[in-house]
Amino acid sequence: MLVDSYRFLPRSFVPMYANAQPLDGEDEPVWADFVPRLADARIALVTSAGLYLKDAQPSFDGERERNEPTWGDPTHRVLPSDVASGALGMMHLHVNNADVLADHNIALPSAVLDELAAEGVVGGSTAHHVSVMGYQQAGLDVWRQETAPAIAALLRDEGADGVVLAPV
Amino acid sequence: MPVLARRIEAAGIPTVTVTMMPATAEQVLAPRVVGVEFPFGHPFGQPGDRAVQRAVLTTALRTLAGASRPGTRIDIDLEWPQPRGEAYKAWQPAEPSPIVAMLLAGGRG
Repeated sequence: MLVDSYRFLPRSFVPMYANAQPLDGEDEPVWADFVPRLADARIALVTSAGLYLKDAQPSFDGERERNEPTWGDPTHRVLPSDVASGALGMMHLHVNNADVLADHNIALPSAVLDELAAEGVVGGSTAHHVSVMGYQQAGLDVWRQETAPAIAALLRDEGADGVVLAPV
Repeated sequence: MPVLARRIEAAGIPTVTVTMMPATAEQVLAPRVVGVEFPFGHPFGQPGDRAVQRAVLTTALRTLAGASRPGTRIDIDLEWPQPRGEAYKAWQPAEPSPIVAMLLAGGRG
């Protein structure tokens, strides 16, 4: 079965995505070999759901986005891997937030990863996972120049052997 | 988000991107792609549906570990349990996003 990438997209948005092209400087393949056995590997998760620790971290900046609709908050939040759904806030103005807040594993499957680690399918989880907020200014300049290097450095420090990213 | 995957991969850490829009992720050269035909906001399925969450994450991990070349794409053969029209309405925010509101206002002006 081939997934229909536009099944749930408003029809007027389809041409924008159907003709998506790599950004300047992003038009060559990139590759890193996955070295260990999966059963020995430490895995990190990155979501674009706009999740943050509601009692300890600032929300992503929805007010500025409301005032500047072509802008999206390019920062990231570092979340403990054992975070409970009740500790999370979500700031993402482009999707209904209710289901992710009910069970964050539909966007950041941290408890599922811990289950697979306990069963020996995967070696383990990094101590932290990462959230960004997926709606971004065209060109993705801050993500490319600041956010991505910061996330990569964090995940390297945490000993990640591989990363599962999930846009919402 | 594929650009984050590419930058993390270029820094030496392998990545897999789980997405509702695998065609787009392929077009912008995400290294490994797992596609799901799920409504936006739900890359790993429905709240509380641990069986589907596990199936998607397990496929992602096997793709991460087993793919041998850039551009690998695996689509997951799981159907969303709600009718399309219901799911289409349910994933959208109660109020249009700022950019959609701006475009709608422009269209009326």
